Amino acid sequence: MATHADREALKGVKDEYEYGFHDNEKPIFKTERGINHAVIDQISDQKNEPDWMREFRHQALDIFLSKPMPTWGADLSGIDFDEIFYYLKPSDGKGTSWDDVPEDIKRTFDRLGIPEAERKFLAGVGAQYDSEVIYHSLREEWERIGVIFLDMDSGLREHPEIVREYFATIIPASDNKFAALNSAVWSGGSFVYVPKGVHVDIPLQAYFRINAQNMGQFERTLIIVEEGASVHYVEGCTAPIYSSNSLHSAVVEIIIKKGARCRYTTIQNWSTDVYNLVTKRAVAYEGATMEWIDGNLGSKVTMKDPAVYMLGPKAHGEILSIAFAGHGQHQDAGGKVVHGAPYTSSKIVSKSISKDGGRASYRGLLRVGKGAHHSKSNVVCDALLLDERSRSDTYPYIEIEEDNVSVGHEASVSKIGEEQLFYLQSRGIGVDEAAAMIVGGFIEPLVKELPMEYAVEMNRLIQLQMEGTIG
Amino acid sequence: MSVLEIRNLRAGVEDKEILKGVNLTLDSGEIHALMGPNGSGKSTLAYVVAGHPHYQIYGGDILLDGESILEMEPDERCKAGIFLAFQYPVAVPGVSVANFLRTAVSNVRGYTAQPTEGENRGAVIGSNLMPMREFRKEINDKMKEFNVDPSFARRYLNDGFSGGEKKRTEVLQMAMLAPKFAIMDESDSGLDIDALRVVSEGINKLATPERGFLLITHYQRLLNYVKPDKVSIFYDGRIVMTGGPEIALMLEERGYGWVEKEFAGAAEPVA
Ligand SMILES: Nc1ncnc2c1ncn2[C@@H]1O[C@H](COP(=O)(O)OP(=O)(O)O)[C@@H](O)[C@H]1O
Ligand SMILES: [Mg+2]
Repeated sequence: MATHADREALKGVKDEYEYGFHDNEKPIFKTERGINHAVIDQISDQKNEPDWMREFRHQALDIFLSKPMPTWGADLSGIDFDEIFYYLKPSDGKGTSWDDVPEDIKRTFDRLGIPEAERKFLAGVGAQYDSEVIYHSLREEWERIGVIFLDMDSGLREHPEIVREYFATIIPASDNKFAALNSAVWSGGSFVYVPKGVHVDIPLQAYFRINAQNMGQFERTLIIVEEGASVHYVEGCTAPIYSSNSLHSAVVEIIIKKGARCRYTTIQNWSTDVYNLVTKRAVAYEGATMEWIDGNLGSKVTMKDPAVYMLGPKAHGEILSIAFAGHGQHQDAGGKVVHGAPYTSSKIVSKSISKDGGRASYRGLLRVGKGAHHSKSNVVCDALLLDERSRSDTYPYIEIEEDNVSVGHEASVSKIGEEQLFYLQSRGIGVDEAAAMIVGGFIEPLVKELPMEYAVEMNRLIQLQMEGTIG
Repeated sequence: MSVLEIRNLRAGVEDKEILKGVNLTLDSGEIHALMGPNGSGKSTLAYVVAGHPHYQIYGGDILLDGESILEMEPDERCKAGIFLAFQYPVAVPGVSVANFLRTAVSNVRGYTAQPTEGENRGAVIGSNLMPMREFRKEINDKMKEFNVDPSFARRYLNDGFSGGEKKRTEVLQMAMLAPKFAIMDESDSGLDIDALRVVSEGINKLATPERGFLLITHYQRLLNYVKPDKVSIFYDGRIVMTGGPEIALMLEERGYGWVEKEFAGAAEPVA
């Protein structure tokens, strides 16, 4: 639980964060603003990619250009695709150890006040700076047991046959306009391959952020977990503040084979000018388990609904999400579970907090297809409103094509209670801290699922968001 | 030696006056029982002393060692040494008793007011809380002493607690926060005989010469376990009679119907 303890310590960090500092980036190569086929060729040339990938990008661009903007969900009219840099390469080569990471980048991490994740997990951290992964380290142990954990560009270079087999098979470029954009200009992201029967017991962590003004961030992540294997992948991001809009549009594809498990944890705190439009999808085969844990703070607009397609009997899917919507923010987050085989089960737990006129929407799809008999699903969404101006809404879509299934859906909206505040205050706890505690308690069921440093960070971010909220 | 003084206090909600001129002086080392029928305003008095924002003050004052506390926030009153054991303790789901108490104790004992420096500078959780080791030792000792099961530390505050568990936890909190004055609002109600014994033993342990108690109760039975120095009868927003323990016995005999007959419509407080 974040408490008064860290508040003082965080003041400095917060001031700088709100002030919006950024290091002087020293890009080595940058495409022009805007997007067209020439830009695609430049990206492909820079990366020295195989032809099939170049071709894939060009086709994706055509799809992107032909698709209209989505008209549902959040307001995306503020995005100007012509103003965005689609590719930027900050430095040559990759750091293989923390020492190789440039000083100014370390300083930025430091000033964001979130060095713990790197310090503690030096081995196994993938950090992305701008569009390029510059720091990557993989424990020798994992290499020995055949686990691949690379940035996506290296993954494509070093393991083209695996990448080609799975890439865009879960989320084709035609899936939606932003998946098409990502397919056309993707850069960075992670490539993870866990061989049959291997259990990776320390989370694989990727840490990345946006730094360049108007810089789009289009990571592409592909995770393959072979039969009976298991892995936990953790992604956290934060960004400094800029005046013009930034676009972040990632694609994450996960394949979990028979009896395997994957957990994917995200904590993100984009600066409040970022459009964060993410497509995340996992397919779980027989007896496999997929868990998405998703914490969304910051950004101007976030639209994402991690999905699990259960394609084999007894597959299990779980989505736990937390959204925090502050002033001028719209968090449109939720989850999709698709039951495509019998005896599959799923659970969605979504918690949102809105304050200062922020808006949090839950958008969920629960689909039980023909033949997915004896499937079970439970959906719970709870919203906490911190003031009268804030808003929360729920869009649950439920499609059931099979009789013998069990489906539950609960939704609740509550306000932060005067009696709870008074009770905590009467124990010597100041009103802001009391409110932060109540909010912390509200999200605790999800936070306790996070790895320790991320739980700490999540609480700390909530604490920052809560300052000066009440009274 | 401290003194809590309530002077001609009038308070209520919106247009409704609930407290109609309460006068009461509580010294360190004193146990003062306040008995009265339901709805007479006992809890309101407790809340107003603790600073509940819902109530308005129409007149009078509350003084701690001669200084008015009316302008103080509830957390400041707590830090100044006033503790309220709630009649209905509030559940805070997701917040463990241990985390809550560590935060509370750290605030009350001034840890949180200290600047962070040295290796704690810029650190995260716990940088200026009471050190975990010390806290853990203290809470474990106190839980043992006050008959609270150690598993409570990890449970969410009052969430799904039985009536008795809540009241015991209130006593544990009081033990940790070590106030100058404690107002116990019906700490005996809804307890079975064993829980009543545990709670009253706790109060007796904490009833040291440096601490004053205001024991609000509807029934006489708590006073079989905790011996008051003074007993007052509270009726229709004011104290109508004050005396020694014999008052409680008289009430037990005659019931609140007698109070009503005796004091209904009394324009001015008698005591
Ligand atoms: N927050 C409140 N809003 C409205 N009326 C209240 C409130 N608190 C107390 N009252 C009223 O004031 C009177 C006294 O209540 P209370 O102080 O709880 O009495 P007691 O604790 O002696 O049973 C009751 O009539 C009750 O309905
Ligand atoms: Mg009462």
